[in-house]
Amino acid sequence: MMSNSLVLPIVIPAIIAIILIFIGKQPVIKRIIAFAGMFITAVCAAFNLINIKQHGIQMLELGSWQIPYSITLSVDLLSAAFVFTSSVIMLLIIVYSYQSISIERERYYYYASVMFMLAGLNGAFSTGDIFNLFVFFEVFLMSSYVLMIIGGTKIQLQESIKYILVNVISSSFFVLAIAMLYSVVGSLNMADISLKLAKIENNSIITICAVMFIFVFATKAGMFPLYFWLPHAYYAPPIPILTMFGALLTKVGIYAIMRTYPLFFRTEVVENILLTLAILTIIFGCIGALAYRDMKKIVIYNIMIAVGVIIAGVSILTTDSMLGAIYYIFHDIIIKAALFMLIGIIIHITGETAYDRSGGLIKKYPVLGWTFFIATLSLAGIPPLSGFYGKYYIVKALLSENHVLSAIIVLVSSLIVLYSVIRIFINVFWGEPSTAVKHAPYSKMMVVSCLMTLLAVTFGIYADYLFPLFHEAAVTITDPSQYTQIMEVK
Amino acid sequence: MEIIMIILAGILVAAAVYLILSRSLLRVIIGTSVLTHAVNLLLLSMGGLKTGAIPIYGETVKRYVDPIPQALILTAIVISFAITAFFLVLAFRSYKELGTDNLAEMRGVPDDEQ
Repeated sequence: MMSNSLVLPIVIPAIIAIILIFIGKQPVIKRIIAFAGMFITAVCAAFNLINIKQHGIQMLELGSWQIPYSITLSVDLLSAAFVFTSSVIMLLIIVYSYQSISIERERYYYYASVMFMLAGLNGAFSTGDIFNLFVFFEVFLMSSYVLMIIGGTKIQLQESIKYILVNVISSSFFVLAIAMLYSVVGSLNMADISLKLAKIENNSIITICAVMFIFVFATKAGMFPLYFWLPHAYYAPPIPILTMFGALLTKVGIYAIMRTYPLFFRTEVVENILLTLAILTIIFGCIGALAYRDMKKIVIYNIMIAVGVIIAGVSILTTDSMLGAIYYIFHDIIIKAALFMLIGIIIHITGETAYDRSGGLIKKYPVLGWTFFIATLSLAGIPPLSGFYGKYYIVKALLSENHVLSAIIVLVSSLIVLYSVIRIFINVFWGEPSTAVKHAPYSKMMVVSCLMTLLAVTFGIYADYLFPLFHEAAVTITDPSQYTQIMEVK
Repeated sequence: MEIIMIILAGILVAAAVYLILSRSLLRVIIGTSVLTHAVNLLLLSMGGLKTGAIPIYGETVKRYVDPIPQALILTAIVISFAITAFFLVLAFRSYKELGTDNLAEMRGVPDDEQ
């Protein structure tokens, strides 16, 4: 009975989305329902998280069929934490979009698409079946296509064509990879696949499957050399949509790598591929972050850098590196959302996206300025703030495994991250006040952005309390026997 | 039999890649649907193409074909159908709005001017 609650974070957003479709053109009612739905989802997710923290991995066999034959939801601490974080972030983004998404977009099923996207995300985080993972990927991708095109401006039309094309191809390869894996092991349940793959001697075919899966997930996560779609596609949609894409969508790709790589393909070859790709992702992300004067582009390239750092941590797969990667991924979800929101307010006020076309905002908007300053420091990982612990553990693990060059690149990258965002701060907030300042209302946006930054700060300050949680999550990832013992019990 | 199917899927993938790399948007969309055909074919043949009855329960039947890949393909077909429909409408809309179907002319994001 207890484990039935695992479906709630998936089912509630889906039901709310269906209800929202039937409510015609009353934005206020839509806003209230969307907010209430998100809030209930977040509460259920928090309940699940606490439950799993107390009782260990929870599993639900849908339809009460026995385990390898049914679709299972297997939720460990990492999945539960992801579900909780994505629900909370979506809740805040909903409030943020009240003032920043235009009324036209709200009228055309904006909130319904967001709810469906949350359903897909939560499903992808909590499923225990590889084909079901594909289906949930498609659910949130389909909603992301709609969100990317909603409004139908020229730039959105042009960029969503490319975005959809890339995702259709990578989804086809996902099915292909599942087909290959099915022909090798004859099972679709992740725990079952893990146990069966361990018995197979022929490693080369498994490596090929692994490379296919990495190709698919690297495309979703925006890793080198498959990041080419990301900067342009994310540039097109309006800020709240960009916030949920930047904070959550790429992280699902990373989560899928975190899930499949330790369970299925734990070999030396795969480790080297992942680490090399991660380091190259960091380097190319740094180049992009330095190259542009456009605030949106700078933060978009910062997403890539973070993806690289997290994958570098995941690839080594020691407890320390996994701990660092998990710290860093949650920190990054929160801080990227905060940064995009703050930059959204700056663009809302000044109407400029290039940082050197405005200046002197600190006199009129001191709260915005200092919040942005704290967010930049937190992004770079200055010790009391949240970015520090993740990077510390990742660098420590890299050094202990003798990847000295990689460790240096990770450290230098945080310097470049700091430079790239502090440039925005210096140019936009200091200097001569520019005349072009609109007086658009932005109070709700401001409150949410401050809440987000506050969340990032508390995440850093109370890292000590979160440590046991993340440590346990890291151990269940590095040692998959806890995950697969669900199978053995049966 | 599997070998023939795999070669056929390979030809379809090659055709799809050629189409996707072309400039016209409609060719690209045709390419994506050819690619999903190839993938579905491969999914079917990866499950094994041994002879057996269709997977509908009958009293006298001894051997069935594997029902799982069929269920997977059914799901994948519906998903790719939905995406293709969406993509086609998007192509139509962008043709009306932008006046071109040449992908090389679709430069959406402005470059930084110095």
